[in-house]
Amino acid sequence: MTPLVSVLIVEPSDIICEGLRSLLHESGRFNVLAPMHDTTSLEERLPAIRPDVLIVNPTLLSATPKQQLAAIATMRPLMPVFALVYQYVECSLLECFSHIIDVRASRSSLISTINDALKSGSAKTVKVETDENYELSDRETDVLVLVAKGLSSKEIADKLSISVHTVNSHRKNITHKTGIKSVAGLAVYAMIHNLM
Amino acid sequence: MFTPRMKLADLIKANHNIMLLLPRFGIPLGFGEKSVQDVCAAHNVPVDFMLLICNVYTFDDYLPDIEQLAATNMQPLVPYLKESHRYYTGERLPHIEAHLHHIADRVEGKYGQILKQFYADFRREIEDHFKYEEQYDFPVLLSLQNGERRKRSQMSHSQRSHSGLVDKMNDLPQIVYKYLPGNVLPEETIELVFDILQLSADIQKHALIEDKILIPYVDWLERSMK
Repeated sequence: MTPLVSVLIVEPSDIICEGLRSLLHESGRFNVLAPMHDTTSLEERLPAIRPDVLIVNPTLLSATPKQQLAAIATMRPLMPVFALVYQYVECSLLECFSHIIDVRASRSSLISTINDALKSGSAKTVKVETDENYELSDRETDVLVLVAKGLSSKEIADKLSISVHTVNSHRKNITHKTGIKSVAGLAVYAMIHNLM
Repeated sequence: MFTPRMKLADLIKANHNIMLLLPRFGIPLGFGEKSVQDVCAAHNVPVDFMLLICNVYTFDDYLPDIEQLAATNMQPLVPYLKESHRYYTGERLPHIEAHLHHIADRVEGKYGQILKQFYADFRREIEDHFKYEEQYDFPVLLSLQNGERRKRSQMSHSQRSHSGLVDKMNDLPQIVYKYLPGNVLPEETIELVFDILQLSADIQKHALIEDKILIPYVDWLERSMK
């Protein structure tokens, strides 16, 4: 038997909490934890409660919702976080969430929304920003200079005897490391760094 | 989402960039506590169209669907877009150029010249782009709005090249704050970067309106005339 998925609801209204709890409970797959009515102690208590799914009313987040959600994601990287929406919520706030539960959702779509998020969540590899090396490698510098001179990826591939695919992957890395996207911008980069 | 009965001043409080849009609609400042619909009525601006633009500029996820465009008075679209072009080419680009030259001329060696050249090429490209749209794209819509079908130039042309312009606009401020020697006129350089970023955000919304409103709307008008 698969273990129950524990769900934490953070929502001020008892009516909403209880409705959601009973719908989730019926499916037999979820263990709904005691709800919280605000987010003030949420981060503190997460490590102890260790929910698998978090459903939160977005209006309860702190004045810096992005940071708060980032902090939550750091503590529970695999836990999908849902915005529970039943009133007007600003787009910019909603954008901080990867998943949304609309209060008008049907019983079956509610369950499948959560199941889908759990599936994609566990398959997702957590991207950790580490100390990346932003210096261009010698090969990347070769490619950069040829791009700056106006050569196409195909021409660069021929010249350096590598595949077009490899050239494109170097170009992607160059843009990632420098932040510069246009050919003209890369030419400026090359000139300013005395590469040509 | 903004609605007709809201106070115009509240829209600006929510997003101060809306102030930049008012001259493009011919709406002067000094509107007091009047609602959007009253201000628009006083200046003969269709309120639904004005709100459409304000909403696109304010809510990042917002894009009207074709039913909504069909129900909106879209007559002011071409005049609005042309007025935006005039603001960019007649005011912002020359202003930024003067500022940029002022700084570049004080930078030693080749750096100043490289920056000036990049800007000159960027400015020429964006002005050519606007000219092309005014010459080939906008007349298609104006004819359709007058109930005439007109042989369509490839409207996807300008849509394709928006991404190139947006890339250069992304690169320009970075070149200024990352690669230009930092000891020359620091305050003015920061000011220049803010001016560029403001213009860049404005033009990205402008490109969005052309790609996701103008073009689908023209497609729809053509289909519905068949």
